[in-house]
Amino acid sequence: MILNNLEVENPVLSIKDLSVAYDKNAKNAVNAVSAEVKRNAITAIMGPSGCGKSTLLRAINRMHDLYPAIVTEGNIFLNGENINKISTIELRRKIGMVFQRPNPFPTMSIYDNVIAGYKLNGIRLKKEKRDHIVEESLKDVVLWDEVKDSLYKKGTFLSGGQQQRLCIARALAFQPDVILLDEPTSALDPVATSKVEDLLVKLKKKYSIVLVTHNMTQAARISDNSMFMYLGDLVEYGKTKSMFTTPQDQRTEEYLTGKFG
Amino acid sequence: MNSEKITKGVLLVASFLILIITCGMILSLVSGSIPVFNEFGFKFIISTAWNPTEDKENYGALPFIAGTVITSLLALIICLPMAFSTSLFIGEYFRGKWYSKALGTMVDLLAGIPSIVYGLWGFYVLRPFIVDLGLSSQGYGIFTSGLILAIMIIPYATSISTEIITMVPNDLKEAAYSLGATRFEVIKSVVVPSARSGIFASYILAFGRALGETMAVTMLIGNTNIIPTGLFDTGNTMASVIANQFGEAEGLKLSALIAIGLLLFLITGLINAIGKFIIKKFA
Repeated sequence: MILNNLEVENPVLSIKDLSVAYDKNAKNAVNAVSAEVKRNAITAIMGPSGCGKSTLLRAINRMHDLYPAIVTEGNIFLNGENINKISTIELRRKIGMVFQRPNPFPTMSIYDNVIAGYKLNGIRLKKEKRDHIVEESLKDVVLWDEVKDSLYKKGTFLSGGQQQRLCIARALAFQPDVILLDEPTSALDPVATSKVEDLLVKLKKKYSIVLVTHNMTQAARISDNSMFMYLGDLVEYGKTKSMFTTPQDQRTEEYLTGKFG
Repeated sequence: MNSEKITKGVLLVASFLILIITCGMILSLVSGSIPVFNEFGFKFIISTAWNPTEDKENYGALPFIAGTVITSLLALIICLPMAFSTSLFIGEYFRGKWYSKALGTMVDLLAGIPSIVYGLWGFYVLRPFIVDLGLSSQGYGIFTSGLILAIMIIPYATSISTEIITMVPNDLKEAAYSLGATRFEVIKSVVVPSARSGIFASYILAFGRALGETMAVTMLIGNTNIIPTGLFDTGNTMASVIANQFGEAEGLKLSALIAIGLLLFLITGLINAIGKFIIKKFA
């Protein structure tokens, strides 16, 4: 049974009975999850390693399509539209993704990294438009002042935290509806982590954010709503504040009080 | 006696022996080529003469250097598109599929075939084929040798390139996919640029192998001591002239052959060092 205490009006994402298995004989890594994700809010997905949180996240922009053995069942709707009806190219422009380890393209400059989405898709823009997108995206991630004089240097020269903000800027360049972040601060030091967290809180005014984290204090600090997953099941989903103060499920309580995970 | 000391001693002796053998070889190559350099000086390298007649002896290495470089470059040009496509096929496009693994094994098998077998095949199959096509009257020459060399170096370039391509981190590729890139765009804009220097180095190493290949080339190049001017001209490479003439060489001629050997050693050594340096920098 799922304790879903969350009613969401006009959700940006609706997940309906989603199951994912890594091959057709394997146990479900994500098991019949249904949830609605609030617009312009940060939704955290937490749970111990192997609970299926990243697998759930990667289903949202259909990253699983890259691996033919993976079996996905159920549906996800983006603004009411079934994502399986949208081409992955278009879908991934509407849903940006940031990964666990900062992964700017090592062969590209900072500038090219930001507009990599356009370049990779073969979209030609006028230079003014390009400059504008780069500047706006870098300002959005509070990196502009730090890199505006070295835009044409390789992105890999930046510090880890700067690289991760660059990767967020890269995801923002298409002005997506949703940004998916898969443990974006797990490779960063505390100072860089808090910068990224502040940034996410700021970004939710413009974007809807889904954040996978195994750091529950991070979920408590910045998320509006939280999902707790365990062994592929969505155990509990609710407002972060109430989940952290009065968890409904015993497993959630045990996880949040550090009994496991 | 403790085993620690014995192990250390054995390792030391074995390593030292290798060092002595290498130094000895270089030393004998250098000392063997001294007579010809004394006689002709560095003109030996740029001279096209090859006259073993007594009292009129005159030797130059240029035709062989030219033959070596031309056949190897031709082989490299033919090998490039083949090795590049095959390494993308095995390392990226169909990575992990059974037919990719089978193809990889075939490529490795190709690398294991002895040079003489390639030569034999080239002599009895490829050469008559070239004649049938009307490209050359006897089928010997630069083109035939270059073609056989290309087949011989494709496995080297392919297997190193494949390894480099599979080393491109998955999270870079996923980052590109997450931006809506297609497979082709990911390969074009992420995989190949990231693997660029390693792929380049694999061709340099393959080129180094082509320079030194002896047997198959000796059987197919036509063994004439002139600078080839066309694709279907005959010629000689540094390795093939040594293989062809060492049996009847003595005195100054032997010294000339040894000097050619020394030059070949220096050139391939340099090419290999460059290739390995680039790979090391990449990794």
